[in-house]
Amino acid sequence: MNGAELPIWAACLVVLLTVTGAGFALVGALGLIRLKTFYERVHAPSLGATLGMALILCGSMLLLSLIEDRLVLRDALIGLFFTVTTPVTLLLLARTAAHRDRFDGNPEAPPEI
Amino acid sequence: MSRVLPHPLLSLALALTWLLLNAPPTPGNVLLAVVVGLTVPAVMRALEPRPVRLRAPSAIARLLGVFVYDMVRSNIDVAQVILNPRSGERRTGFITVPLELREPAGLTVLAVILTATPGTLWVQYDSDTGCLLLHVLDFTEDSDWEARIKDRYERPLLAIFERTPA
Repeated sequence: MNGAELPIWAACLVVLLTVTGAGFALVGALGLIRLKTFYERVHAPSLGATLGMALILCGSMLLLSLIEDRLVLRDALIGLFFTVTTPVTLLLLARTAAHRDRFDGNPEAPPEI
Repeated sequence: MSRVLPHPLLSLALALTWLLLNAPPTPGNVLLAVVVGLTVPAVMRALEPRPVRLRAPSAIARLLGVFVYDMVRSNIDVAQVILNPRSGERRTGFITVPLELREPAGLTVLAVILTATPGTLWVQYDSDTGCLLLHVLDFTEDSDWEARIKDRYERPLLAIFERTPA
């Protein structure tokens, strides 16, 4: 089947999943503006990288499975590699910020462990 | 067994990845997946990875369930924090959690879990003291984050990853 023959319930479900996922990503981007300190702001983009990403991929897998008429799980690999690699970037950012703040004697610097 | 399959988990993961990328699984694709799973881990020998053994499959399933639940809940919590204008009532700050978990693979999984649940940020881990420094976005509800991390994540991870002699 092609996209135009998609039943209405499936189309609604796919739209619901992708728009909700994109909404979480948007809220994450909004958080980058609204939150005040660096350590608070780092939390925000992970909304798009976790639940936002998962919902969009679920929508994509559902759509492709229906169009190709078989179970398509390829997109799950995107989710897997996304989840495994995001901590690397966030860890480097957090470590760098912590080091810089401690070096500068910033009062908001994280405590030594 | 160990000479043909030095890293059975890696071989399995590579073969499954190959099959997912080359669906549907025709006999030719299955054969190629087996070849990839058997040959590619030989590349890993140069990196000299420490062997990882997984135990307690029921603990893995339970941890996966807890992880998915916490991921969805913390996403909603953080979205509320961002959209809620009453930011003055929120307490944010750093906590130190002393960990018993020393296995590198287990610590890696813990880092993935804590990063994938927005609201907790892994800042620093000291391998000498085993202390983990976290940043928490919102302390307001169930404030005992240390016990929460130890009960929900660390204990199952200790059960799953076998302690290998250093």
